[in-house]
Amino acid sequence: MIEAIGLTKRYGNTVAVDDLSFTVEPGRVTGFLGPNGAGKSTTMRMILGLDRPSAGKVLIDGKPYAKLDRPLRTVGALLDAKWVHPNRSARAHLQWLAKSNGIPQRRVDEVLDVVGLTKVAKRRAGGFSLGMSQRLGIAGALLGDPKVLLFDEPVNGLDPEGILWIRRFMQGLAAEGRTVLVSSHLLSEMALTAQDLVVIGRGKLISQSTTTEFVERSTENTVRVRSPHADKLGAMLVDKGFTVREDGEGVLIVSGATSDQVGEVAAGGGLVLHELSPQRGSLEEAFMQLTGDSVEYHAETGK
Amino acid sequence: MTLLAVERIKLFSTRSPWWCMLLALGLTVGITAIIAGNWNEGPMPVLGAVFAHTFGLYVVMVMAALAVTTEYRFGTIKATFQAVPDRISPMVAKAAVVTALAALVGLAAGFGSWGLSWLLAGDTSQLALESANDWRHVAGVGLVYGAGALLALGVGALVRQTAGAVSIILVFALVLESVVGLIPNIGDDIQKWMPFTVASKFIMGDPDQGGMPADAGPPTVGALSPWGSFGYFVAIAVAMFVISLVVVKRRDA
Repeated sequence: MIEAIGLTKRYGNTVAVDDLSFTVEPGRVTGFLGPNGAGKSTTMRMILGLDRPSAGKVLIDGKPYAKLDRPLRTVGALLDAKWVHPNRSARAHLQWLAKSNGIPQRRVDEVLDVVGLTKVAKRRAGGFSLGMSQRLGIAGALLGDPKVLLFDEPVNGLDPEGILWIRRFMQGLAAEGRTVLVSSHLLSEMALTAQDLVVIGRGKLISQSTTTEFVERSTENTVRVRSPHADKLGAMLVDKGFTVREDGEGVLIVSGATSDQVGEVAAGGGLVLHELSPQRGSLEEAFMQLTGDSVEYHAETGK
Repeated sequence: MTLLAVERIKLFSTRSPWWCMLLALGLTVGITAIIAGNWNEGPMPVLGAVFAHTFGLYVVMVMAALAVTTEYRFGTIKATFQAVPDRISPMVAKAAVVTALAALVGLAAGFGSWGLSWLLAGDTSQLALESANDWRHVAGVGLVYGAGALLALGVGALVRQTAGAVSIILVFALVLESVVGLIPNIGDDIQKWMPFTVASKFIMGDPDQGGMPADAGPPTVGALSPWGSFGYFVAIAVAMFVISLVVVKRRDA
């Protein structure tokens, strides 16, 4: 379990992470979601004790990272697949990591096998493709058979096969009862991978909930009705307390109502309907809406 | 002990330390061979066999700086601190491994140069290692390489960039220490206390420099005795390393 309590990181006048509190439960994949520059990586570095928080703290099973004995046996992390000396072989890289935490050398071969790098173990890591580097990073995270795992944007730049492999892999780790925190800037990816979501924007917590709750809460459900009596129907729906907006000639978009309710209102007034369809907002739109104010670098759109 | 093994694996699983060690040895011994082969001014003194040691020293210091700057360059320092979060113990282990290795290279360079001079010099009547001073001239190269490596490691950990650390070390040792001597009035007094000038006094310093031509080799100036000079050089190296430890501990990795 990971607990962040009032975690804050300032660089000069910029606040990268702002009074962030959340918990990550074991046995589930928790998505750590936010636009680029929201402070996800900084938060992960603070979890690992690499960056010093300006205020607040973060605990792993009740202890700060620096207080863990042989930490690779408790926490495995893949923050950047490129944190490998390019002229060192994959095996040598894992060997020194294993040695530093008293992990037996046979475990090196085990994890190489798990990620499917056994055949290239003696090759220099600098010649690896992105997918292979990512697998080597995961092998490093798994070395100590840790209860807690952190992955920073693990699917970035991977092909669909690699993405699927990592997604299943993380779900498998969580099913074994481990705590898994995965960051991403793609809600659609997280909706498929994570059961829980911690959403941040500009370093602040936007929401912590299950993925289903987040998706339901943040995607607006509307009903689209087309009727020759749109004006009359609109007035009746407003009377019932629904929000109605016009969307072109004779088309109404009703918020806060189910299609059943809209149909019943129309039948009550004896009005003809040409179309009655429930609409579901897209995940990406919802995410943009939620974090829209908190994106650090806006691109000029349109005009 | 485990961390020493970790740093040993790290150092020897890449190629640049091997190249640096070969180059340090090759330069020092090679230049000495040229000197010995051309020694025409009577019997060759022990000092003549070791005054090329500074070439290897610079290379060994580059090796030591690289041992830490490449860790920053490739992010492995973060993996290191993730594995050992107290940060101090892996840095000390690294210093122990690098310093010991540099000292071994220094011993090989010192005795290699001396042995080759024995073979190549025309008149070897003065080359035998007979006094404590003679032994210090030759074996001292190992000590100076070790201390120099510690100094370079500290600079590397502070600067974190290969280019920056190597330039600082080389510009300081090769340019700044000589240029300082040109400052009117106080220049000579400052130069006497510059670390590399003092270190070379430990190797070259001798009550009787009779066998050496007046302008050969690095200057042997300074107020300290040869062993005092070594203590001074070590103190500077340790201080630099300790400062780097404090900074590494406080700084975001």
